[in-house]
Amino acid sequence: MNRNKLFYSIVYTVLILLLIVVLYPLIYIVSASFSSPNAVSTGKVILFPVDFSLEGYKEVMKYSDVWIGYRNTILYTVAGTVLNVVLTMLTGFGLSRKGLPGRKFITFLFTFTMLFSGGLVPTYLVMNRLNLINTPFAMIFPGAINITNMIIARTFISSIPDDLEEAAMIDGCSHARYFFEMVVPLSKAIIAVLMLYYAVGHWNAYFNALIYLSNRALYPLQLFLREILVLNTAGADTIMDPELEEKMRGMAELLKYALIVVSTAPILCAYPFAQKYFTKGVMVGSLKG
Amino acid sequence: MSHMRLTWRRAQRYWQVYLFLLLPILYLILFCYWPMTGLQIAFKKFSLADGIWGSPFVGLRQFDRFFRSYEFSRVLKNTLVISGYGILASFPIPIVFALMLNSIRQGKFSKCVQTITYIPHFISTVVLVGMILQIFNSRVGLYGVIYNAVTGSIPSDLLANPSAFPHLYVLSGIWQNFGWDSIIYIAALTGISQELHEAAELDGASRFKRLLHIDLPGILPTITIMLILNTGRIMSVGFEKVYLMQNNLNLSASEVISTYVYKIGMGVGSAVPDYSYSTAIGLFNSVINLILICTVNAISRKLSETSLW
Repeated sequence: MNRNKLFYSIVYTVLILLLIVVLYPLIYIVSASFSSPNAVSTGKVILFPVDFSLEGYKEVMKYSDVWIGYRNTILYTVAGTVLNVVLTMLTGFGLSRKGLPGRKFITFLFTFTMLFSGGLVPTYLVMNRLNLINTPFAMIFPGAINITNMIIARTFISSIPDDLEEAAMIDGCSHARYFFEMVVPLSKAIIAVLMLYYAVGHWNAYFNALIYLSNRALYPLQLFLREILVLNTAGADTIMDPELEEKMRGMAELLKYALIVVSTAPILCAYPFAQKYFTKGVMVGSLKG
Repeated sequence: MSHMRLTWRRAQRYWQVYLFLLLPILYLILFCYWPMTGLQIAFKKFSLADGIWGSPFVGLRQFDRFFRSYEFSRVLKNTLVISGYGILASFPIPIVFALMLNSIRQGKFSKCVQTITYIPHFISTVVLVGMILQIFNSRVGLYGVIYNAVTGSIPSDLLANPSAFPHLYVLSGIWQNFGWDSIIYIAALTGISQELHEAAELDGASRFKRLLHIDLPGILPTITIMLILNTGRIMSVGFEKVYLMQNNLNLSASEVISTYVYKIGMGVGSAVPDYSYSTAIGLFNSVINLILICTVNAISRKLSETSLW
């Protein structure tokens, strides 16, 4: 045992270092968001909040764009996830029926889209033809089935014993009834995984919104976040009083920290409960289907 | 003839399954295959008035234009540098991390390490870039404050520095994803038989030796698959993060194919959108990607009998 000592001490040291590297930026952001504007603008925050205050969060509350974005994102996430999960389960079930004539060809139709696509402009032109530009559907329809997730569903459904299907068929059960009464209840875990993956995807997405939406009333949260965090457009009024200007600058920075926390909190709150499902998805996906 | 009839009869029994697949296939046709027919505008001089099918054919002129343009070598180089550097730097870390985590006692500590290192994966790209901008802000950010404390001067803006761009991009990517990317290796490691370890331990093999001779070979097929996937993607740098980290000052290092396709196609920055040109560049990129992944897959199948398909 003794000769393993060096090995274990290296391993533990590295793991603890990695833990610190991952945690520190997160703690720093949260601490900054709970500090005073002055402490933030003078760079006093290092690890813990300095001059504890909730001013950043009060400022976020006043920011109506953020709440419009929040509402839209919740809408897109809920509607999109429902559509995603339904279509993914239907496809996963269909493509796991071993006797289905044409199964190989249909599977190829799906997997080929992983390797090749029309690309930005041709897809945009189709969206335009379908009159989906500047509608909430532009946030829901494209990417309605993620092929990787579909393969996870298919792999999982394939692992349900064939005997079960045969027995059900002998009892005169139809494919549809078999799906709804046997497969869906047995697939609760994988449905949870799919829901989580899709929901996080919707929550964090901004690319489709950037391309297909120009109406600000439809913007998801991430687009407003982009304006404030990356393009720096919050509170850009020019102020003459230098003292006030300094305060405003601190406030603008503080607002960003608070926004990062407010926009990410829902996912991170759900995360501890969802963790075992998340990792399960990767594991099912890693089995060769 | 009778074979076809048999298949037909079998298909009839599956009518409900076909019904299930109807909507998904409709989705595929509308949002995946229909756009592919629009790829023809890469060979045309597209105008909205003439439409996709009616615009005049110009052959390979759009491609020729791209290959001759000043931007060609720049976006190609940036794409390869960012993704090549990304793969080299970020590929081994999840593997080493998983091997280490697997070699310690499976208890509260290892669970805690896993839980925490997965967190950054769930942070959105916008927020991640926002965090980078805040932390590396040369005046009020952590980087600026520490630099100032050590040297007594305000550092130059890292995000405006083209040579810092690949490092910021790749390192923040590692921070965000190494934990999550390790899950697949951890899953593979739990599949390794405990008996092998016990037998080796009886023979006096140290933990490090067992890691090298049992654990590592055990996850080699998984490593191969992941390497195929990564290499196949060397010509595609995702749009989202690069675009957010871009500014006029670092553009010489940060303009990649996907962002260039976007700017040309959507007419960003008062330019008139050039649909045909943008499509041609995108198609060039897609075809290379397709060739790459097929080649890597074929090589891997020959050498190691591990492949994607």
